[in-house]
Amino acid sequence: MSNPLSDMERPDVIFAIGTNMTGCHPVAATRIKKAQDKGAMMIVADPRRIPLAQRADLHLQLNVGTDVALLLGMAHVIAREGLVNESFIAARTTESGAFLEHVKRFTPQWAESICGVPAADIETAALAYGRADRGAIFYTLGITEHICGVDNVQSLCNLALMTGHIGRPGTGINPMRGQNNIQGAGDAGGLPNNYVGFQPVDDPANQARFSKAYGRQIDGERGITKVRALDYAAEGKMKAMVICGENTVVSDPDRHHCEKALKNLDTLVVIDIFKTETAELADVVLPASAWAETDGVFTNTERRIQRVRAAVPAHGESKPEWWILSQIARRMELPGFEYESAKDVFNELCSLSEIYRGVDWDKAGEAKYHWPVPAEGHPGTPRLHEEDFPTPSGKGTFKRVEFREPAEVVDDDFPVWLTTGRRLQHYHTRTMTGRAGMHYFVPQETLEVHPADADAWGLKHGGRVKMASKRGEVELAVEVTDRSPRGTVFCSFSFGDTPVNELTGAGYDPITETAELKVCPVKLVAVT
Amino acid sequence: MTDTPTFELDGEAVPFTPGETIYEVSQRHQANIPTLCYDDRLEPFGGCRLCVVEVEGYRNPVASCTTVAMAGMKVRTATAQVEKHRKTLVELLTSENPHKKIDPLRGAASQELVTLQRRYGATGERFAGKTSGTSREDDPNPFILRDYDQCISCYRCVRVCAEQESDYAISVMNRGFSTQITTEFDNLLEDSDCTFCGQCVQTCPTGALADRKALRAESLPEPLEATRSVCPYCGVGCSVDLMSKGDKLVAIRPARDGGANEGALCVKGQFAFDFVQHDDRLAYPMVRERGELRRASWDEALDRAAEGLAAASRDHGRHSVYAVASGRAPHESTYTLQKLIRAGFGTNYIDNCSRA
Repeated sequence: MSNPLSDMERPDVIFAIGTNMTGCHPVAATRIKKAQDKGAMMIVADPRRIPLAQRADLHLQLNVGTDVALLLGMAHVIAREGLVNESFIAARTTESGAFLEHVKRFTPQWAESICGVPAADIETAALAYGRADRGAIFYTLGITEHICGVDNVQSLCNLALMTGHIGRPGTGINPMRGQNNIQGAGDAGGLPNNYVGFQPVDDPANQARFSKAYGRQIDGERGITKVRALDYAAEGKMKAMVICGENTVVSDPDRHHCEKALKNLDTLVVIDIFKTETAELADVVLPASAWAETDGVFTNTERRIQRVRAAVPAHGESKPEWWILSQIARRMELPGFEYESAKDVFNELCSLSEIYRGVDWDKAGEAKYHWPVPAEGHPGTPRLHEEDFPTPSGKGTFKRVEFREPAEVVDDDFPVWLTTGRRLQHYHTRTMTGRAGMHYFVPQETLEVHPADADAWGLKHGGRVKMASKRGEVELAVEVTDRSPRGTVFCSFSFGDTPVNELTGAGYDPITETAELKVCPVKLVAVT
Repeated sequence: MTDTPTFELDGEAVPFTPGETIYEVSQRHQANIPTLCYDDRLEPFGGCRLCVVEVEGYRNPVASCTTVAMAGMKVRTATAQVEKHRKTLVELLTSENPHKKIDPLRGAASQELVTLQRRYGATGERFAGKTSGTSREDDPNPFILRDYDQCISCYRCVRVCAEQESDYAISVMNRGFSTQITTEFDNLLEDSDCTFCGQCVQTCPTGALADRKALRAESLPEPLEATRSVCPYCGVGCSVDLMSKGDKLVAIRPARDGGANEGALCVKGQFAFDFVQHDDRLAYPMVRERGELRRASWDEALDRAAEGLAAASRDHGRHSVYAVASGRAPHESTYTLQKLIRAGFGTNYIDNCSRA
């Protein structure tokens, strides 16, 4: 997030798009609900009538995969109505002229023809955000899990740059990170393109510094993404893999492909707290000690660095991951793995990261530092981009984005859109919530179908349905609800016995290689 | 000279910011004003009247939680008169509830009334008679115990649900002795707008709303301890206290001073912790032999892992080894894993689970 969570109570116009926040980030949602209670206007863009949409002042119920069209239409209105923040554009951006020319083509009527949102509502949303003193954008995977995920994010950035709704309290571009330490996984260098602290691997200075620090010449080229690595494994080019705390088989798209890839490896090492579907395929399974048994650091969605602490003894023979991985390294006779505690590891991380340099284990215990914390004594940075952007020129660049259709679109054979997500009471593949009493609320997967569609397709509430895409088929129960729009159905991917990700995975964003998990044409057949 | 206004609190001149209440100012000083309906996150309510103080020139004692401080006020917080008044109020409240041990496991604020009963030696005998509030023993949900026999109608639960959560799932019906906290149509919690976030449980000052999962540990003899940590679910990063008795994790409580959550949690953070000490946990290393995973020692399993990675690199080149880091494990896990790949194989063949 560009802004801290506390800023969520301060906008006068909230624009939440592709984020089922009450289900996926419930405590953050309480803050925008409070802002709305205090008078802020809430605009929610989502194909489904999610709880946030039900309480929104304006719900833009767009067709799945058409965010770019909606956002271009909004940019058109903001430009046409003279709501562009001229002084901000002049001082802090580049390529505004070409962008403002570009958006002239994309009228709200054109946008409506693609995204299905009435042009009048697009006008209303654009005018509200454009005229706001403090407009704030919030998004989650409804924006990124598309073949055009990068285009979607850039479209949102364009809106913020046009209006200057960035770098001030109650504004910003605020992605809500989905997992407790997914931000930290990137921060700590778990990326093929960056060392710790997002230092690019293809910068020769970084390459030299880390090669020296780690005692070995490291490639100056980026590595490959997990998506590509699994492809290589399926082709037989990848031979060994270590998977740490991820149930890849259930969470990733195209399950058959994923299983084939992992089975093809000579050595699969899985480090986890449960014998997940992924661990079942491993050659070596190493038991990790869990949350509440381990000391360490998490960084949250607002870049706040916080310590987690052990309260109970580790289960059985389980060990912290840093210990397990150091033991493997020492058996490979690698120097530099003589850690005796999580503190040793974290302090080394801080010493090598520009954005963590001013933090250490003890300071992280205060839980008040938002990175970047570039030097000791620095107070941290709750709000990004107040003065400039992290680009060579310090300016934000408008991107001329065009609408693209999803990788697969509905046709006579697969006439229904499937979109997937999470539900409040479950988390990912239920390795945790499935063992914590949450089945009381949600005991099984259900497919949410609009009442009129259910009638048309011969589906009954509580009945069973077979759902198939080009890649696979699952059977599940039907929930008739007007949360789903006509022609689009929804389910989560949480239940391993309803492996919805056997169906997904038609395409990937060309830059991030993130799968298009939010759009998948399917056909439905009632089970009688 | 300073422009900061002051008033006299128990004979001492104390500064205040215009708009602050007497109670808020007293919290920074030695004054020990009791409260039951007060929660500093909520709008002052003035319902329990325990926080009354004497203000010179005022005819009657005033509720300090709703009375805004004014320059020159002379406030006395613990005169015999107000203490007697408070004792009577605690006696009255005590008389309304059946006598029962209120285990601290019930919730973070559950000992507030018990503590005041001890402070004022209130037994309830003086006003023994009718009781108020009816427990909803018919509500079978395994998370929130609705033991309204212990309710004193402070409405903290109703107000936290409205003001903090903006959910308005619970409300008040009837008046006087028949006052009852309930949901719309007097239904079960799961049939209401309740999300089971647990906020009402943690603010209840009498234990009338209680953490049913925590109460499973009532019979454990060890002391209840709190360890500050962060929730393991979504990326909001709510601060929590891990509540343990001996080696057993028994409950989770939201941290009131947590920067990300300021005392809030959701149903997962509040109640979905049993996975930690679940029987399904992996307890020992395993290696595959003749197609099956079997138990192994750490030495054997670690050797096998190290040899497998080294062999792939040796036989197929260093770009035949890959690692996937976790978005759930702490930084130290990912850092060590990426270092193993970069220092061990000289590649950037590492990713995390953020792409799916």
